[in-house]
Amino acid sequence: MHSKTTTIRKAFRCAFPHTIPIFAGFWFLGLTYGVYMNVSGFSFWYPMLMSLTIFAGSMEFVAVNLLLGAFNPIQALVMALMINARHLFYGLSMLDKYRGAGWKKPYLIFGMCDESFSINYTAEIPEDVDRSWFMFFVTLLNHVYWFSGATLGGIFGSLIRFNTEGLDFVMTAMFVVIFMEQWLKEKRHTSALLGVGLSLLCLLAFGPGNFIIPAMLAILAALTGLRGRLEEGGDAA
Amino acid sequence: MTLTQQIITVGMVVLGTVLTRFLPFLLFPAGKPTPKYIRYLGAALPPAVFGLLVVYCLKNVSLFAGSHGIPELISIAAVVGLHVWKRQMLLSIAGGTLCYMLLVQLVF
Repeated sequence: MHSKTTTIRKAFRCAFPHTIPIFAGFWFLGLTYGVYMNVSGFSFWYPMLMSLTIFAGSMEFVAVNLLLGAFNPIQALVMALMINARHLFYGLSMLDKYRGAGWKKPYLIFGMCDESFSINYTAEIPEDVDRSWFMFFVTLLNHVYWFSGATLGGIFGSLIRFNTEGLDFVMTAMFVVIFMEQWLKEKRHTSALLGVGLSLLCLLAFGPGNFIIPAMLAILAALTGLRGRLEEGGDAA
Repeated sequence: MTLTQQIITVGMVVLGTVLTRFLPFLLFPAGKPTPKYIRYLGAALPPAVFGLLVVYCLKNVSLFAGSHGIPELISIAAVVGLHVWKRQMLLSIAGGTLCYMLLVQLVF
């Protein structure tokens, strides 16, 4: 029993530092989201329960508009599927990593937002730290940050006064660092370059609101086409 | 919308989100061998996905209006520079964010 507590504590202590940038980003975005719901006429119960159950940042902002519009459940479902389609890629990448996580697995998958996926995929977890507890705490902490930020925003949002303009860049900075970490680890950069290049092309062609799905399809097609060549070296990436 | 309609709407959003996250795990359960092509994708996709995420974060930056993406460009250069120099994740992120905040609040 004692050793189990030690394992859990160790995993928590190892996971927490990885989530600090996300704490900053999620509190900022969560507060913004809570305030947005507040000024849109919803009580704090809405951001509180929605941040807990949806846990997908950009989708929650869209959901505010869905709630303000006419009742259309099918549209809500299709929007959620489209906006979150990138999660399909995360799942494919985490099939092996989440294996053997036991009862934690459903929660790991439920909480697989951009940030949790990115950390759980790239983090170099020390040998003596339990992998599934590490990933569990990363996911849980991120969930708690988002939930508490959104709730506080819904309650106190209108009272915030200090100048936070630009704080949201913390998320961009984090993804740049994660991209670099991946870049430094891999031998070939074909996939990384394809990801940036095709996404930029699709952004130019389809605009900020519609580029994700075409970009995903283009990446999928390119990687499928290059499969023979990329697999040859024994190093898929 | 009535409260029931609101609950259904949020429920549909939850369903859509959860579906995109669980689908790969449901299609390729741990007990059965995963098709080779899917395993290849699992290994080859992440670098591309991280690239996609960086572009996704910058999707609303306009090169032809406002500050022309200059604060973003400078701050990303700061992140890259710091990371190449020290390779301390938190330092690179904090430095880049601070740089961006100073730029958008004081310069642009």
